[in-house]
This record gives sequence, C-alpha cells and structure tokens, in this order.
Amino acid sequence: MSNHSAQIAHKHRDDVGSRMGMWLFLFTELLLFGGLFLIYAVYRHEYIAQFRVAAMELNTTIGALNTIILLTSSLTVALSIAALQKGNKILSILLLIMTNILAFAFMINKYFEWSAKIHHGIYPGSEHLLNLPNGQILFYGLYYIMTGLHGLHVIIGLVFLTTVLAFIITGSVNKNNYVKLENAGLYWHLVDLIWIFLFPLFYLIQ
Amino acid sequence: MQEKHSHENHNISYSKYLLVWVSLIAFTSITVTIAGINLGDYTLGIALTIAAIKSALVINIFMHIKFEDPVFKVFLSISGFTLIVIFTLTFFDYFYR
Repeated sequence: MSNHSAQIAHKHRDDVGSRMGMWLFLFTELLLFGGLFLIYAVYRHEYIAQFRVAAMELNTTIGALNTIILLTSSLTVALSIAALQKGNKILSILLLIMTNILAFAFMINKYFEWSAKIHHGIYPGSEHLLNLPNGQILFYGLYYIMTGLHGLHVIIGLVFLTTVLAFIITGSVNKNNYVKLENAGLYWHLVDLIWIFLFPLFYLIQ
Repeated sequence: MQEKHSHENHNISYSKYLLVWVSLIAFTSITVTIAGINLGDYTLGIALTIAAIKSALVINIFMHIKFEDPVFKVFLSISGFTLIVIFTLTFFDYFYR
C-alpha cells in the first residue's frame, strides 16, 4: 500500500493548474449569470413599481431559509476540505454527506415554493400571468429563469459533490491528492455566491 | 515530493471557517431586517452592499482566494472588471437613448 501511494505521489500533477482551470470555468459562469443580472437591472429600472408589487408575492421566509441552508452547505464543504487536508477521512466524508443533504433540502424547498406559485396560476405563459401588467410578467419570467438556472446548478453541484464523495471513499481522493474535492467545493461556493445576489434582488424588494 | 502545494501552508482552522459562517448568517439577518424597514430608494443599495460583503467573505476565505497565487487575483479582477464595463456601457446606452 505504501509502495502504491509512493507511485501516486510521483505521478505528474499540477494542482494549481487544476484549480486555475476551475476558476476560468467559473468566470464563464459569472458572465452567464451576469447577463441575466443585467437584464434584471434594466427591466427593474423600467418597471420599478410593478417589480415591487410582483416581489411581494414571493415568500421571504422560504428565501431566507434557503439562504441559510446554502451558506451552511458552503461551510460544510469548506470544512470537509480542511478535514481531508488534516487526514481526517471520516470527518471529511461526513461533512460532504451533510453538504449533499443540505443541497437536497434546498431543492425540496424550491419544489414547494415553485409548486405554490404554479398552483396560484403564476407560471410562464399562464392565463393569470398574461393578464398582469408587463413589469410583473417580466419579473416572474426572470424569477423562473434565474432561480431555475440556479436550481440546475444546485443539481449539477450535487452530482459533482457525490462523485467526489465516492472518490474519497475509494481513496483516490485523499490527504495528498484532494484537488478534485477543492474544485467541487469551488463550484459549490459559486452556487452559493449567485444565491447571495438572487435572494435580495427577488425576495427582499418591498 | 516536489509538487507545489502553495496553499498547504495556509491551512485554515475549523474555527475560522465557523466564524465566517456566523458572520454570513449575521449579515443575512441584517439584510432581511433592513428590507422590512421602509428606507425607500436606499433599500436596494444597502442590500447589494451587504451581498458584496458576503461574497467577499465567501471568495476570500471559503474559496481560498486570499491564499492563492497572485495570478488568481488578477484573473478575478479582470472578470469583475469585464462585468462592470458591460453594466456601465449598457446603462450609458440606456439612459442617453
């Protein structure tokens, strides 16, 4: 076993390069969401009063709860990396499982939130929505696209984190080689970062 | 082992992460509380400022940018700057149309 790990240690590897690749990808994600935030900014400026009315319908409590869930999941993934660096494999695995559970909880909340909206007849193209003023239609369009795209990122993050979790359990991601876990963590933190802006822009307008 | 583990020397303690998390939760409650008070036009500015502080905490500590090679900070600044340019140009066009 020690012979085997010595072999791994001498394999060519560039951890800084790996992380840089991940960061470059995250910048493209930033531009993708940046474009949507730009659309939001322009239309909010155009329809400021109607955006306020529409935002009143959103459930601030669910939004705040999801913010806390995501911030906590960001903590657990950061702690999971720290635990693996210190060689505490079990703790790292437990923290990563916790991150997955929190991500799952976020999606469950999102499911109930969207269901309630759809139940009230508010969804793209619905008769109720199309009878509302333009600003409100735009608000809900952006709401579904931006939180939907964010939700898609949560699901991708879940898959990414679960894959790395399997790698930690089998030992191919370990104390001496954890850049995959770091990259999954970076992706997860980006999901958190985007939500940090989505939350006030959609849920906290009064 | 000759590999570079540039930030291995900067192992962050569990308690530091916890402290960051507590601050993030605190900022979240502040932003929710402020949104409840009617501050008119200032509400958005305050909410976005708090969001920016929260992002800085996440990027610097959780994402380790504070401890990374300078080139990471350069890349981050370039992408942030690009976004600012896109926003500014769009709004210039929009306001003076």
